[in-house]
Amino acid sequence: MELLCPAGNLTALRAAVDNGADTVYIGFRDATNARHFPGLNFTPEQAARGVEYAHQRGVRVLVAVNSYVQAGGWAQWQRSIDEAARIGADAVIVADLGLLEYTAEQWPDLGLHLSVQASATTPEALDFYKRCYGVSRAVLPRVLSIQQVEALAGDTDVELEVFGFGSLCVMAEGRCLLSSYATGESPNTVGACSPAWAVQWQETPEGREARLGGLLIDRFAPDEPAGYPTICKGRYDVEGALEHAFESPTSLETAELLPRLKRAGIHAVKIEGRQRSPAYVGKVTRIWRQLIDRIPEAEGDYTPDPAQVAALREFSEGATTTLGPYERNWQ
Amino acid sequence: MKIAIGPILYHWPAADIRRFYDGLRGRVDTFYLGETVCGRRRELRPEEWIGLGRELAEEGHEVVLSTLSLVEARSEASVVRRLCDNGELRVEANDFTAVSELQRRGLPFVAGPILNLYSGRALRAMQRAGAVRWVPPMELPGASLRGVLGEFAELGGAGMETEVFAYGRQPLAFSARCFSARHYDRPKDDCGFVCGHHPEGLPVTTRAGEPFLVINGIQTQSWGCVNLLPAIADMQQMGVTAVRLSPRPGAMDEVVAAFRSAIAGEPVTLHEPEPAQQCDGYWWGGAGHTRKAPEAGMAE
Repeated sequence: MELLCPAGNLTALRAAVDNGADTVYIGFRDATNARHFPGLNFTPEQAARGVEYAHQRGVRVLVAVNSYVQAGGWAQWQRSIDEAARIGADAVIVADLGLLEYTAEQWPDLGLHLSVQASATTPEALDFYKRCYGVSRAVLPRVLSIQQVEALAGDTDVELEVFGFGSLCVMAEGRCLLSSYATGESPNTVGACSPAWAVQWQETPEGREARLGGLLIDRFAPDEPAGYPTICKGRYDVEGALEHAFESPTSLETAELLPRLKRAGIHAVKIEGRQRSPAYVGKVTRIWRQLIDRIPEAEGDYTPDPAQVAALREFSEGATTTLGPYERNWQ
Repeated sequence: MKIAIGPILYHWPAADIRRFYDGLRGRVDTFYLGETVCGRRRELRPEEWIGLGRELAEEGHEVVLSTLSLVEARSEASVVRRLCDNGELRVEANDFTAVSELQRRGLPFVAGPILNLYSGRALRAMQRAGAVRWVPPMELPGASLRGVLGEFAELGGAGMETEVFAYGRQPLAFSARCFSARHYDRPKDDCGFVCGHHPEGLPVTTRAGEPFLVINGIQTQSWGCVNLLPAIADMQQMGVTAVRLSPRPGAMDEVVAAFRSAIAGEPVTLHEPEPAQQCDGYWWGGAGHTRKAPEAGMAE
């Protein structure tokens, strides 16, 4: 089972490679990928150096071009595909139909993976992308239970990649407009959820307030950890009750599922976090390398190394983790 | 320009569903029928939706069967397949399970609003898969829609109908998790269909008291009700072929009448819901929850 690690810059890429990633995924420094944050990501020159560094060490590099081409934006998105091919990336990760078609026609030798943003959840959907565009691998959205993932793996000949660790999108990826409802910008349109320019922090007598696009997402007491205001992790009034109506701040962590994922034939486990620091990427990569290398062959009860699980929790939002939708009770 | 009634997004009892359609018979051009939000909701079974569709079609309406938006279980995929195999009525694909089934059968279909078509090339690719009509994403601004249609034409695309979601609470997100069940502290698999307690969704208000979103099972909608009456003339000019009005529990008569008048070029105002609950920000290129000043058009 392949370990896929994120990199938001060259230092992070080297950290992932040096700590045991099989594959690193990156994006260019513009709206053509779903982690379009200020100061993050690669120029084509940096990406070329990253590919060289990784390839010399037997590690593959994927380039995410996984936001949706906007009206008038074709040249920019096409350039990202062309650059990825030119620098020798092993595959591109794409969701947009026009880009899938273009890549299949113009770069038949470039690997083509279906992004999580396409939100394909069934053998029928996967088969469409394979049939029409030759997609060889798909990243599953964080909506299926472990049983559904296992069943899907048995029903498709498209390679599957699943999220193993990192931030948890509560909504189906590529199907969430909450960010643009508040700010005008979303992952689909500009590659950003809750863009930093729309975030406002304010100290008030009631507590520290976090707003997005002027809307109050949460208010924190002085001793309360204050998370970045993403709408799905905010606290709201629902019928007079104050609650995390969608999800509380937490991260996805699936170490205990590794034997089942491997037995089901899942090809790759993906670590989320291109926006994270090189130190984070290095440490998390090292832990996951060990977890994957130590998956027992025999069936039976499996408990991942508690020390490693504890270490992962330290890196998690709200210092808590969840199996998320893999576990039916979460749904 | 035609008037279409989108699929009912809420969990209403079967009798209310039938009453809703009875009230609109003969008054609109197109009905979209079917459960698009939650595979557990079975107030009408697929056969019953198809039966209702045949009835409405015989009366001269165009009827389209809408498929589920987030397909997870095999049983849900087989419902999608059943709708695609109805043999008579057109289908609206709301995920790529349906697109795949329809493309494989060579059937013309409607590409629903959450298939993420944001450019002329994507629309052209969807046309090649068999789409004859599309509903642009909620968040696509009017100016961008004009751009997409221009690109589509430049690429040699023709004969694609465009239907704009012009009225109703906007579907914004879909999740594996049922937020209605979560609010009532019930497991999804034994939800008691608590989403039915809220025929127009469960309001989510910020801690500052601003109404923000509504919860509708696994779907999150805008609290604001989009009203694009002020944009009708623009839409006609750019070749939009239909407006989609999304069902609300009451007042649809008045809403249909207002859109009918606006399409005929008559000045019209709509106070359903009250103006403070209306929004149109996406169309004008802003945040979805905002509302452009009234001087923009004829509504208000």
